[in-house]
Amino acid sequence: MADVIAYAEMRDGTLRPVARETVSVARVLADELGGDVVAVALGGPGSADAARELAGYGADRILTAENEAFANYDPDSAVRAIESIAGDTSPVAIVFPASAQGKDLSARVAGRLDRSLASEVTEFDVEDGSIVVTRPVYAGKAYARLRFRETPALISLRPNVFPVVKKQGAGVAEALDLEPGEVRTRVSGIEGGSRERLDVREADVVVAGGRGMQAPEHWKMLDDLVDALGPQATLGASRAVVDAGWRPHGEQVGQTGKVVSPSLYFAIGISGAIQHLAGMQTAKVIVAVNKDPEAPIFGVANYGIVGDAFEVVPRLTEEIRTLRGAGG
Amino acid sequence: MNSIVCIKRVPDSEARIRVAADGRSIDPSGVRFDMNEYDKYAIEEAIQRREAAGDGQVTVITVGGDEARETLRQALAMGADDAVLLRADVSLDGLPIARALADEIRGRPFDLLLFGKQAIDDDGMQVPAMVSELLGLPCATVVVSLQIENGRAIARREIEGGHEVVEFELPGVIAAQKGLNEPRYPSLKGIMAAKKKPLEEKDVALVGGGLELVGLTGPPARPEPQIVGEGAEAVPELVRRLRQEVKVL
Repeated sequence: MADVIAYAEMRDGTLRPVARETVSVARVLADELGGDVVAVALGGPGSADAARELAGYGADRILTAENEAFANYDPDSAVRAIESIAGDTSPVAIVFPASAQGKDLSARVAGRLDRSLASEVTEFDVEDGSIVVTRPVYAGKAYARLRFRETPALISLRPNVFPVVKKQGAGVAEALDLEPGEVRTRVSGIEGGSRERLDVREADVVVAGGRGMQAPEHWKMLDDLVDALGPQATLGASRAVVDAGWRPHGEQVGQTGKVVSPSLYFAIGISGAIQHLAGMQTAKVIVAVNKDPEAPIFGVANYGIVGDAFEVVPRLTEEIRTLRGAGG
Repeated sequence: MNSIVCIKRVPDSEARIRVAADGRSIDPSGVRFDMNEYDKYAIEEAIQRREAAGDGQVTVITVGGDEARETLRQALAMGADDAVLLRADVSLDGLPIARALADEIRGRPFDLLLFGKQAIDDDGMQVPAMVSELLGLPCATVVVSLQIENGRAIARREIEGGHEVVEFELPGVIAAQKGLNEPRYPSLKGIMAAKKKPLEEKDVALVGGGLELVGLTGPPARPEPQIVGEGAEAVPELVRRLRQEVKVL
């Protein structure tokens, strides 16, 4: 069999959005290679029921381990679970999201199984029976095409790149025989999980501010724009304003921050240092607002407005509110 | 407090990257190389721990070519005690590198094994957790704070929208993220002292690895940029194009 294992990431007993992307990609691979999609989900109480939804994205088997101890990420148990399923199914591929958890777990599984891993994959194909992937390197200044010579191919998928596809799988639910065993690394809690805003890597729209915002108190203006754009929007920041302590590091976009691929990226008062451009140039549409018509950011922007952010942004917020108010 | 820190020489983040004529590597001309930024947080953490404990050793290890000596000397100048160069041709596959490092580290006594959270060339974010599994050690990746008390580590790691609190017994593996500390610059005295510190070199074979490089390409071209207009008056036209031309609003 040419089964594909999909790691379905959960938090607080519910599926994270990347879980649906992961299962959707696993479905495409399994269809090309002629196997089943085996989704694996570990979570706290209620998680097994929540994971059943994955049948609608192509999961043939849904293997769940529901335990209070799995409410937080338990890397040791997750590695054991995947190792054991891989032993039973001899999969051709194991697919993870390139989320904080998925990147940590995929590298552990690669070490445990002694198999290579392609991280942050943005494209995949099957050529002559082997899996070939494309992934950005140098923060997207170049792209590497890599062929897997062995199975299982371990792949982590860049969030927000692959579409979620509704497709019915057999959806047979099975409880894994997995107890929290020897734990070397224990996640004892989550802090700051209020999640007022989406993470910059997972948002569909990013409003990023730079030095041109002049002072941290001016972020209220960008906050208002994010609110107008709706719940799929979030804030980002340039390295300069993070280094200045105006914004938290979690918002930093660029080669030394996060690499993002939203549908729409607003660069407000960001001149466009090479390391910043590397982190956002895979956005589908880029809008730049900057006073300096020579700013490098205009070289990658689909649309630019030369002007003062303090005049342009409030007007933009107003226009978008009007649009939303009129029913989109 | 004994630490081992694994570091890498990479192109500076402001470097322009061009694919070389062979289509399999980058053109190094005009590219400035530096120690991977995240590795500096790892070295700083190790030095601070040694200083706080009043004794111990900080060993830095890299896998790379002869030019990586310079990166090791930089770490020694920051305050590391000794260095090991595992000479090999590095590829984009993290697993053979993790194996080579694990083989070198196995048998060395240490409390903390530190890495930068990722190398900014291959962006793999693989080697720290792979090495932890190969050595059977606990591991926390993307760490922004670290407390150690009575042989027990409490680390905070960055996740989407917050932090996970990760606890483990030493020895263990830490992959450092920006925010963990403020890396020091090498002092003149440090640079002089580094020249006399031990730097061991050995050739290693990077074996196995299931990934074959088919080729490298530049990034896909962006559409031709358009300046919509100047100032707030240009906003309605921008919104119209976002709705009608690219349909993202």
